[in-house]
Amino acid sequence: MDTPMTDVHVIPELKQIIGSLLFAARQPMTVQDIKKVLKDTAESADEPEVKAIGDFKPRDIEQALKDLDADLRDRHTGLHVGEVANGYRIQNDASCGRWLRTMLDKGRTNRLTKPSLETLAIIAYRQPCTRSEIEAVRGVSVDQVVRNLVDLQLVKVVGRSDMPGRPWLFGTTQKFLEYFGLRDLKDLPGIDELRRIEMERKKTEAEAAVESEEEAQESDAEEIAAEVNDTEAAETEDTSLPDGPEGEDADGDDEDVFDDDEDEDDDDEEYDDEDEFDDDEFDEDEDDEDEDDRER
Amino acid sequence: MQGQEEYKVQLDVFEGPLDLLLYLIKRDEIDIYDIPIETITSQYMQYLQIMKMLDLNIAGEFLVMAATLMMIKSRMLLPVEERPDMEEEEDPRWDLVRQLVEYKKFKDAATHLGDLEIIQENIFIREGHHVELGPEPEKALEDVSIFDLISAFNEALKKIDKEEDLTEIFAERYTVADKIDSINETLRTRGKVTLRELVQGMVHRYEMVCTFLALLELIRLRRLRAMQADSFSDIELVPYEE
Repeated sequence: MDTPMTDVHVIPELKQIIGSLLFAARQPMTVQDIKKVLKDTAESADEPEVKAIGDFKPRDIEQALKDLDADLRDRHTGLHVGEVANGYRIQNDASCGRWLRTMLDKGRTNRLTKPSLETLAIIAYRQPCTRSEIEAVRGVSVDQVVRNLVDLQLVKVVGRSDMPGRPWLFGTTQKFLEYFGLRDLKDLPGIDELRRIEMERKKTEAEAAVESEEEAQESDAEEIAAEVNDTEAAETEDTSLPDGPEGEDADGDDEDVFDDDEDEDDDDEEYDDEDEFDDDEFDEDEDDEDEDDRER
Repeated sequence: MQGQEEYKVQLDVFEGPLDLLLYLIKRDEIDIYDIPIETITSQYMQYLQIMKMLDLNIAGEFLVMAATLMMIKSRMLLPVEERPDMEEEEDPRWDLVRQLVEYKKFKDAATHLGDLEIIQENIFIREGHHVELGPEPEKALEDVSIFDLISAFNEALKKIDKEEDLTEIFAERYTVADKIDSINETLRTRGKVTLRELVQGMVHRYEMVCTFLALLELIRLRRLRAMQADSFSDIELVPYEE
């Protein structure tokens, strides 16, 4: 049976090539990765058609990926193209998961507890944040829960706050994105809304801090209050209660955690130095170096 | 009674006062923007009392919240002064409501993450690779929350005749260890049992406390599971299966 699929000399469509690449890839591929393969292959080839394939633009590659995904889904193949943190990959339909679990001999999984998920949610939306900021939302100590999340490598220390006591700042990891199947933090639902409440809270905190008796705290807090007042001048003052579940999104916020897109998933190089930290529980994992390598 | 050592149940409660308040609000379908402070304070205190009775390892913040609720309650009883120029006359519940609303949104976000977790559990790539967590430590109460158990306990306690308290001094023949054995035996013979059935017929408050402590310990030790069909329905106890 000599079909086009087994005939080596047929020139395939871009979609087919991409399908093959994703199939054999060891890790997710970005559009850039794919383009590189197309170019490299074009360079070492004689056939003009193969050379032409090297000229496809990122736009074409993206379209081909969409087409591939649509085909896989429409034909109910059990596979589809997934977009994850660091690129595209072929993965199975979630509905087929239990058969896979049987075949792969995976027992009952460990899932995260509610307190863990809630703490994780707070860190994910408010990062970088300190433990006390997390506790302010949950109303209870999160020490043990946070340690656990660090152990599970879903959360890591991303720096230190300038506040008195220089507490640790926490953020989510690459594994966090992979574990929940998120492309990036922007995929978190309702992200604008939960950030907006953050602005109001910072204002309240600043006011409370100013009333404090300690001299040292007062000068720090005044700086924060000034900062918040500046950003407030840029937005409309809103003293009403936060919106209910059907609330509107915030308008453009400045001075916000998420403005620094580049920093979201990066490790701060300065903090890779283990010697800086005294606390053994928060040693940077070796895996962080791997994360750096996999990012562009 | 032999001088038996008191069986110390080591159950850490990771939930906090806000969790309890949101639990009560959800259960009684209270409008979070108009909380009946008197009712909720008394319910809160009831739960606090039970948690102390069961000697649960709860956060100090529970007591702080109790004080806060009391304070809000008393401020609401003060006459509201008419000051048209001062619109800053805040509802004394304001701060608490804001905190609750904010936390609730994060709870919703957490639920969403939980859904994503379940989906991802079923997604693999070639050769079955998959992001998984390591083994997680204390994961005692998987199915029902501590507050559901406390609610059930509360209900059961209410049914006991108050007068029997006097006889308690003489009737301390129940121990947690004994109850652990008896619950295991019940599950062995009957397969499963509802919480209601388990405490049926008990007349002594102390017996009930022992039973509940035994239950918590068995859950913690993963000998049994407490399950609920829907929120706030009957709790069923089943042996733990791997």
